[in-house]
Parts: sequence; structure tokens; C-alpha cells
Amino acid sequence: MTLTAYIEGIGLLGPGLADWSAGRAVLAGQQAYRPERTILPQPVLLPAAERRRSSAIVKLTLATGLEAINAAGLDAAGLPSVFAASGGDGESCHIICEMLASDDRLISPTRFHNSVHNVAAGYWSIATGAMSSSSVLSAFDASFGAGLLEALAQVVVDDTRTVLLASDTAYPEPLGSARPIPDAFGIALVLAPARGARALAQITVSLTGARADQLDDVALENLRRAIPAARGLPLLCAIALGQAQCVVLDYLEATRLAVVLAPC
Amino acid sequence: MNPLWLSHFTATSSIGRGLGQTLAALRQRRSGLLPCAFDTVDLATFVGEVAGLDEVRLPARLADYDCRNNRLALLGLTQDGFADAVRAAIENHGRQRIGLFLGTSTSGILQTELAYRRRDPATGALPAGFSYRSTHNTFSVAEFTRQYFGLTGPAVVVSSACSSSAKVFASARRMIAAGLIDAAVVGGVDSLCLTTLHGFSSLGLISEQACRPFDAQRNGISIGEAAAFALLERSPEDADDQAVLLLGIGESSDAYHMSSPHPEGLGARMAMQDALKMAGLGSSEIDYINLHGTATQSNDAAEAKAVRQVFGSGTPCSSTKGATGHTLGAAGGLEAVICALGLRHGLLPGGLNTRPADPALDLNYLLENREQPVAHMLSNSFGFGGTNCSLVFGRAGNSANKSADKSVHHP
Repeated sequence: MTLTAYIEGIGLLGPGLADWSAGRAVLAGQQAYRPERTILPQPVLLPAAERRRSSAIVKLTLATGLEAINAAGLDAAGLPSVFAASGGDGESCHIICEMLASDDRLISPTRFHNSVHNVAAGYWSIATGAMSSSSVLSAFDASFGAGLLEALAQVVVDDTRTVLLASDTAYPEPLGSARPIPDAFGIALVLAPARGARALAQITVSLTGARADQLDDVALENLRRAIPAARGLPLLCAIALGQAQCVVLDYLEATRLAVVLAPC
Repeated sequence: MNPLWLSHFTATSSIGRGLGQTLAALRQRRSGLLPCAFDTVDLATFVGEVAGLDEVRLPARLADYDCRNNRLALLGLTQDGFADAVRAAIENHGRQRIGLFLGTSTSGILQTELAYRRRDPATGALPAGFSYRSTHNTFSVAEFTRQYFGLTGPAVVVSSACSSSAKVFASARRMIAAGLIDAAVVGGVDSLCLTTLHGFSSLGLISEQACRPFDAQRNGISIGEAAAFALLERSPEDADDQAVLLLGIGESSDAYHMSSPHPEGLGARMAMQDALKMAGLGSSEIDYINLHGTATQSNDAAEAKAVRQVFGSGTPCSSTKGATGHTLGAAGGLEAVICALGLRHGLLPGGLNTRPADPALDLNYLLENREQPVAHMLSNSFGFGGTNCSLVFGRAGNSANKSADKSVHHP
């Protein structure tokens, strides 16, 4: 059983990958990959109060999502969305756990509502005015694959465009040692059921027992292994190279995603 | 949509372990809410705690997953022969053809809260033996369940706060319709923790009494915990008249605020309308609405407006959170099972603790149980971040339900 969709827009942000147009040259091997700390832009679409308080995962997700939507020439307000992340805002979680272990358990209400796993989905909806359905997922290291499958099922079954937003951010210590995610990394994809004018590639996805593809560049391969959302990098490499090929993306133990890619 | 059959279902909450105790509690109008004595929590509030979780033991091979949330998951999975039904489905369809879709809001975060009390005084490190992946991480409950059954198909946790385990039905529906799987284990598991108790307290949303949904004097939620599961399969042609079917799903977002609902209930209205449309039903064909009904002033007011806009004021409705408390990420699954019980046994559960219903909300809010044949029920689940999901369930015995595509229905 396969699921087919067209990629119409890509958003990318991570260490040494400032956006898709810059990252594309690196992933195509035209420029060397130089890892640098991810710089998260201010989420200008949010009202000032929310902007000030927005956390890394919100900034990251809004940045990649808007890049993908703009590339596809769409209005986010009308699009369903799929959010995939291993966890929510690590800093809020850490501060809450620290306070709950202390004598002063009066945690901040804003801190609490920003600690929910769907915080980025909530702010995405507020920022873009999107009132459509939004699926908010976690599958630990398999989160990118889980998000891609959910988004493809939406596209195929509900015959709709959708945007996949896969994002992961770091926990501060001591949780950082228990769940080491070295930096913020996100990929967003606009997926469509039919080939439109802006289609970049057609993808046809099935479950496979084959091993996940690795990246040739050692630093990029380290990134792929270190951050769940970066498990999608082999797909972006294939798109950057513009060649028809099959890539195997990491997903669950014993279950991976085979992606047959045809450039448009 | 093509109706999906809830071939097996089960629920465990503060009102009982499994369907027998749950149905008896609903019939006897017994609440599971008691003054909070959870852990070291010093809040004047009521909670719906599941008794006996400290005695639950995970299989030795899954010992890393040991935490309150996964103990609750295991306790829930082993009621009503549900685990045996999953094993039979594996025999029937194959372990790769069964999807796993579970909802939770806080997963096993209690384990991290406890670990933070035992940090190394010199380095701040968490204690040895703390395992983030198998307890705290949002996916932990699905990974535990996947390994417990040896499932190898698609698996995911939906974590959109209090709509989580309603939205799992939507993800499962799409993946079954796409042909990627033949059956799905869906459900929700959420357990008591300090983050939610103190978090909702910080927002001023916790009642000092047992919560009173839709009461004029309602003043906040009571937090509960629950595990609820259903096995979803394609509806057989010869479905038993008592078979419970999922007929429609509506999903929407408020685009309004992180912790307050849209004041006019706009997103909630869209979710209910879309669920009815997918089910091919008019609002007059719904016999009962299981309200989200958290018992905060603003949530109940917004939901009442939305319900009135879709249904008018006549449709019998109630919130069962006066009995179970608000089980957060498990609420959608728990209330889906309560609807399934209601359809099977002809029970419209009246709300508890509400005396009387707020006339300003102007709904047909049931204060007493009704026993009558029921064809269709709708369940609402809404959450932080403005996430909304409505589910429509029906009995196969109502012949129109066997195929939602009326054009191919043979009378």
C-alpha cells in the first residue's frame, strides 16, 4: 500500500541551515556544511505579548511553517496542519519541574499553558488564523516519520493540501543529559494531492523493513541521528539533488518509510 | 466516511475498572471525585484518582517503562478482555496491519517531577535509573503498548491537550481509509501529576469542590485520570444490531487563545457541524451530547453557545466530568466509551453535582439518568491551544448507520 503526494513548499531551519534556499545548496553538495548554532527568528505574526513570551519550539515551528507556505504561494489560514515533535517546550518543562520540587510551587500560568505539547500548534493557529484541523503528534525519535504518514493520509484520504511541521528543540540541564537534543531543528513541507504549478517533487511512500539511509557528509549524518526532525534530511537531500530516486527514512524500530521521489 | 466498528472497548477511571463497574457507577450516579490526597499536593481540590495503581506491576521485560501513566495503561488494557481482543486482531490481520493511536497530555512526567526532588546536590544531575524515553516522553505510553503487544504497524501519540484521545479516532480513520492498516488500537491514558494540578491551579481553574459542570455556580475543574481504549475495525456487513459504530468526526482550531476558548464557541461549532456532516446526520438525529463540560465559567459558556447554534436547546446533554473528573488527554477516549456504553445499554447519563443547571446556558442539561433506546450520540472534546474534536457514534441496529454512503445503501 502506497501513499502519494506532491511537495509544493519546503521550510528548513537548523544548525548551519538558515533556510531551504541556503540549505538546499548544502544538501546538494554545492556548498560545504558548516554547523553553527541555530538562530531562531522572532515570530512577527504573533501579537506583541505572545511574541515576547514565545519559546524556542514556537519560533522554530512558525519560521519553517511560514517559509514552506510562502514557497507554495498559499494562505496558511485555509490549511490543515500536522505537527510532529518529540516533546514540547523543554525550558517550560524544566522550570515547572524545578518549582514543583521546591517549597514554592506557584508556577506561572503562562509557563503552564506554554508547557503543553501542542503549544506550537496553538500559536500557529493564532498567528495564521488557521481554523482547520490540526494533528499534534509525538513518536520520540520516530516523530518525523509519524508526522509524514499522518500528513500523507490527510492528503490522500481527505483530498486536501496540508502542511507538516516537524520541529525539535533542546532541553536545558539536567533533562538535556537525559534527552540530548543538541540544537533546534525543523522541517516543514506543504503537501498536495494533485500536481500544481509549484510542485517540486512527487513522493510515493510505503512501509518497509529496509534500513534507513544515511547521509554521506559526516556532520550532516550526525545531525540526522541527533535530532528527530532531522530524520527527514535524506528526503530533502534527494529533492536538492533533483534526481528521481528511492530514499528510506528512519521511523519506528523495524518499520521504516520507503519514499520514491520524482522531481517535477 | 465508511463507519468504523468499535469491536471492543474498555475504560478505567475513578468510577471503576472496566465496563461493568463503569456502567454500574453511571447507573447509580456515583462520582469518583474525592478530596485530593495525591502525593504531596497541598491544594484544596477534588480529584478522580484510580485506586490501586501502586500495586500494578509491569512485565519484567518492560520494567524501564514503569511509571504511573504506563501502570494505568496496563491496568486499562487488561480489563474486559481487551488485551485478548488485540491479540486476536493480531492473529487476524497481522501485527504490521494494526495501527496504534493513543492520546495523552502529560504522559509519565510525574517520573521527572519525582526525579527533580532527588537531584545530585553538587552537580544537579538527575538520579541514576531515571529513564526519560520510557516514562516522561510523550510517546512513552504508545511505545509501552506497542512492545506489550509486539505490534509493528504505525504507532503515534496524539498530544493536543484535552482533545488528544478524541483526535486519535481521526488519525486512525484516515490510516484505515488509506489502506495502510486494517485495524487500530485507539485510546487515551492520562494520570495525575503535579504539573497539571498546580498548573490548572495557577490559572485559577481548579474548583475547591467536586466540579459542577453547567451549574450557574460552577467554579472550575476537578482533575481525574483514566485509561480508555477501543479496537477499531471496518464495519462488517452483518454487524450485530448492538454493535457500536464511529460515524463521523469533526476537527477544528480556534485561532484565538492558548488557554481560553473562543468566546462564541466558533471552533467548537465547526467541529460539531463537520462531525454531523461526515456522519450524514441532521442535528435532530442526535439523541444525546456528551459535553466537554469542564465546569469552568468560560468553557461551559462557550460550549453552550456552540451547541445552541448547532442543535438549539432541546437535545439532551450532560457532562460526565462530575463523575470522573476531567481526565485531560484521556477525556476524549473515556467519554467515547461512555457513549458506546450508553448506545449499547440505552443510557443517557445525567450530570452529577450540578444543582441546578445554569438557565443562562439554556440547554436540555440532564440532571437525572434516562433509560431509553438510543441511536446516535455526539461527544465533544476541546483543549488548550484552541483544539476541538467532535465524534458521532451510532448503533448498527439503526439500519441507516451501516453505510454512511446512503447512495449505496440497500434497505
